[in-house]
Amino acid sequence: MIELRDVSYSYGGDALLSDIDLALAPGSFHFLTGPSGAGKTTLLKLCYLELRATRGEVHAFGRDAAALGRDGVAQVRRRVGLVHQDCRFLDHLSVAENVALPLVVSGQDAPERRAELDELLRWVGLHRRRDALPPELSGGERQRAALARAVIMAPDVILADEPTGNLDWEMSLRLLTLLVELNRMGKAILVATHDLNLIRQAKAQVAARVLRIRDRQLQVAGADL
Amino acid sequence: MSRLRALLGLIKGDPRADRVVPPSGFTAQLTVLSAAAMAFLAVFALALSLASGRLAERWGTELAQTSTIRISAPPGQVERQTEAVLEVLRTTPGVALARPLDAAEQRALLEPWFGPDLPVESLPIPQLVEVIETASGYDSEGLRLRLRAEAPGAVLDDHTRWRRPLIAAAERLRALGVVSILLIAMAVAAMVTLAASAALAANAQVIGVLRLVGARDVYIARAFVRRFTLRALTGAAGGTALGMAAVALLPDASAAGGFLTGLGFAGWAWLVPLAIPVFAALVAFLATRNAALRALKGFT
Repeated sequence: MIELRDVSYSYGGDALLSDIDLALAPGSFHFLTGPSGAGKTTLLKLCYLELRATRGEVHAFGRDAAALGRDGVAQVRRRVGLVHQDCRFLDHLSVAENVALPLVVSGQDAPERRAELDELLRWVGLHRRRDALPPELSGGERQRAALARAVIMAPDVILADEPTGNLDWEMSLRLLTLLVELNRMGKAILVATHDLNLIRQAKAQVAARVLRIRDRQLQVAGADL
Repeated sequence: MSRLRALLGLIKGDPRADRVVPPSGFTAQLTVLSAAAMAFLAVFALALSLASGRLAERWGTELAQTSTIRISAPPGQVERQTEAVLEVLRTTPGVALARPLDAAEQRALLEPWFGPDLPVESLPIPQLVEVIETASGYDSEGLRLRLRAEAPGAVLDDHTRWRRPLIAAAERLRALGVVSILLIAMAVAAMVTLAASAALAANAQVIGVLRLVGARDVYIARAFVRRFTLRALTGAAGGTALGMAAVALLPDASAAGGFLTGLGFAGWAWLVPLAIPVFAALVAFLATRNAALRALKGFT
């Protein structure tokens, strides 16, 4: 669904990523790890087309990203759910409105989808907080709301950037359980994290592939994890 | 048809979609206030333009259809030369009516300068003959030549000498009014562009989030376009209402007041200023859309 072929990315003349090959196939589960500043977020941004590769090819749902205009990128993003560490909500909208935002901007905010929204809020345990504003939420609630927003369009791919960075262990496990559930529904999942305990916990539940960025290149992590 | 639907959709709006951009009270008030001020000025520019147009038309038609023949001759010859002039006029194609002014009419013409009870009969005042033309008019050069031969004391004044500069002045005033309206429209466009650009810059984070969840540029632009269009419409409607009230309170047109008291709208022309809010909204729509789409190209 999303494929990076021999991709490099440079910023200001400095190479951040080199010769990256990555394929996010349906039902796949990848963890992306590496030290801070290694380029995990940059790689995710290349996947959801916020950045353009300086070399190589990025294909999203069979389309060459280099040939996509801004509307084409918007179409791709409707099929990709994003969970950021800082969540990136619109603080003047309620939790329910933020979660429903992808439906609103894509013109799919029909009344029958409201029931789906209620169900989704219940699934992430936020149905009682639907009218709260984002600044009123705890870190865990924010991450779960971000996950709900990421999946409301039933995307094929879910990309999460340090989704448990601000969470305690119990809440991290709860979020991981939600991601594993989504993966079992056939979604491709890519989680960038430096939380090795979370990765070990996930590997006990699902066949996850662990990738590591080292020296600007992507490697498959082995037993040294 | 699809454009009409889009326009109706813009006016009707989508409350949920509108909420994605947070309200901005201060710039909103400024936009409304500026649109109101510009609409108020536009009403006066329009009144000036329409009044000048009316004046040019009136002068053009009224004066073009009339002329005067002045007969200055020794007392014993005035009556004979008047008869000769009338005879010439009777046989001149393009003359609908010709009549000599009587003593009372001549006295009325001189009264503003010399006061009442002027003994016209005892003064060596030339005899005036009023000539009304047909729609096709007459050949003034030919008439002058015939008058010179038949009545040497007769001078034809077809008003051309002073009619042309008056009409030209009125038409220039009308053009100035139109230019003023265009300048006001440009000022509205510039003001809305600045306000919309400021609003877009202030909402860069909101735009970033909207982009991440798959919003197209047109969708993001629409949220701003609708807002600024409605603000311009509201402000311009208020300004137009005030401007029309101010014009209505101007003194009525009178001969003594001349052009200034006729500066206003007449009859159906009172409907013309009602187009100003619609025009302001259209200008705001185009300016915001252009500013938004251009600014969105610059956002990553």
